[in-house]
Amino acid sequence: MTDQMKTKQYVPGEHPDMPPPAGISGPVAWVKNNLLSSPLNVVLTVISLWALYKIVPGSLEWMFFDAAYTGKDRNECLAKAGGACWAFVGERFELFTYGFYPAEERWRVNLAFILLPIALIPILWDKCPFRKIGIWFAIAYPFIAGWLLLGGFGLESVPTDKFGGFMLTLVIGVTGITFSLPIGILLALGRMSNLPIIRMFSVCFIEFIRGVPLITLLFVASTMLSYFLPPGTSFDLLLRVLIMVTLFASAYMAEVIRGGLQAIPKGQTEAADSMGLKYWQSMRLIVLPQALKISIPGIVNTFIGLYKDSVLVIVIGLLDPLGIGRASVATTEWGGLSTEIYVFVAIFFFISCFAMSRYSLYLERKLETSHKR
Amino acid sequence: MNESVNTEAAVDSKLAVEIRQMHKWYGQFHVLKDINLDVTRGEKIVICGPSGSGKSTMIRCINRLEEHQQGDIIVDGVELTNDLKNIEAVRREVGMVFQHFNLFPHLTVLENCVLAPIWVRKTPRKEAEEIAMQYLERVKIPDQALKFPGQLSGGQQQRVAIARSLCMKPRIMLFDEPTSALDPEMIKEVLDVMIELASEGITMLCVTHEMGFAKTVADRVIFMDGGEVIEENKPDSFFDNPQHERTKLFLSQILDH
Ligand SMILES: Nc1ncnc2c1ncn2[C@@H]1O[C@H](COP(=O)(O)OP(=O)(O)OP(=O)(O)O)[C@@H](O)[C@H]1O
Ligand SMILES: [Mg+2]
Repeated sequence: MTDQMKTKQYVPGEHPDMPPPAGISGPVAWVKNNLLSSPLNVVLTVISLWALYKIVPGSLEWMFFDAAYTGKDRNECLAKAGGACWAFVGERFELFTYGFYPAEERWRVNLAFILLPIALIPILWDKCPFRKIGIWFAIAYPFIAGWLLLGGFGLESVPTDKFGGFMLTLVIGVTGITFSLPIGILLALGRMSNLPIIRMFSVCFIEFIRGVPLITLLFVASTMLSYFLPPGTSFDLLLRVLIMVTLFASAYMAEVIRGGLQAIPKGQTEAADSMGLKYWQSMRLIVLPQALKISIPGIVNTFIGLYKDSVLVIVIGLLDPLGIGRASVATTEWGGLSTEIYVFVAIFFFISCFAMSRYSLYLERKLETSHKR
Repeated sequence: MNESVNTEAAVDSKLAVEIRQMHKWYGQFHVLKDINLDVTRGEKIVICGPSGSGKSTMIRCINRLEEHQQGDIIVDGVELTNDLKNIEAVRREVGMVFQHFNLFPHLTVLENCVLAPIWVRKTPRKEAEEIAMQYLERVKIPDQALKFPGQLSGGQQQRVAIARSLCMKPRIMLFDEPTSALDPEMIKEVLDVMIELASEGITMLCVTHEMGFAKTVADRVIFMDGGEVIEENKPDSFFDNPQHERTKLFLSQILDH
């Protein structure tokens, strides 16, 4: 009431800007509005706090404060630890990272690891200095890394059955991600094409690959292909896996991108056509930038799925971190530490996937500005 | 390489658009029936008619956003067939402005304007930007050049769309209800730009219900209904003395409020 009286003091048209009344902003107001706004909300807040109190301190104690970090084997380590025993991480770190890659050649893996962020930064960060050169390097990276890891052309060659651990996960993840996006784009465009043969091919491919579980495809990769290929040709198992994982992700990618393409109004291509742009120009300059932008959550979702699905190679005998973890659980030195070992592998995957998810949010927010009114 | 095109153009040099006995179907539905239309260079044509009468379809056939199934369409001496070369040649010379602007939301106003000159006409970027700024000045929004379309009002967006088309220096401009998605106070700013454009000798085909605009700039008004051209005449005679019953009905409906 009194507020209303006050506003009347100004001549219409001359009301000055005023600060908001106390209590609509600030931390106290935030707590009031978000945590304690209704009886139900109060109950939920209390339950949440209680759950956090029960879970967090205990976990922290187990994971860090009561944990032991050194020891030659399980018994030595467990003797020191009230909680977790992380000694195997240090002892078996090389195995977890490189698999069975020959020790004297591991610098090549290290170099490939180091070059990876150098290749990624120009792609992920648009204000990076020397971005043009950086992007060329990024395009060349899969081939450089492939050469470093496999050898040949002056380097001693390392057979792919020596690959394992985080390195294997990264090889599968990076290859799958690099190739599934362009293949997915082509399949999505193909599925929406006016040319019946191209459309048919894309539809059949997508529906077939999506309709079969990845494990089945991996078994096909590991056994069936050798029936089809002429006898005597050896077709590397890892390469077959990479192809299958990439195709599998491409099919999902295609559907995600098709969703994005369908959300672009027809007027956009009509405007591009009416100015004389050719099909590929209008796709590249007008339609895809917009379609990919709205597909970012789905694309990153597919990336994360692909990355995590890489653990399935365990079923055809490749040793990714999970496989090495399982093998470690079975050894005499570290047997019985299954919780620690699986938590360790889980943390590795969580960190990579969470980073991807955060980056996608950042990208969405950055690209959003152009739409805002 | 344009020898044949040039000679043909020379024969019909006065005609910008030539439509002969053109028919179009959507599946079984006969949308356009026996359309005949000659547009001389520099002529301003206004096309009107009730909703669903085929106005948009006809105007979109002129730059082949829609395909016709029978008859001939010759634009600027080039016949529209399935030949992609011809279609692209026509589209380079024909600008189009849409009811819903169809600006590219991920590009700034300036980038919207220079895109086609750079990729289609191969104009160097700097020159393209200078031309774009000239046209943005003509439509009176040079200060918005670095904004995104989503940050502009409807009227401003439509003026950008007009500037974007003009940047290709087209010889023919097609307008499909350029003001019907706009609030009343914005209609005038767009019509003013169009009236100014009309005074400069460009060929214009304009689907609109703005009868004031038709009276000021049109050389000829065409009335369509049910996929046919029912009546065409100079604006004075068209409005004061319509011949056909359906024209009278239509005019009474749109002029009555
Ligand atoms: N893609 C299509 N498929 C089938 N029928 C269509 C298609 N596009 C338009 N039509 C039909 O063709 C007829 C003419 O449509 P058109 O858009 O040319 O009308 P219009 O005169 O522009 O009407 P409006 O004033 O509402 O814009 C309408 O009956 C419409 O329903
Ligand atoms: Mg229409």
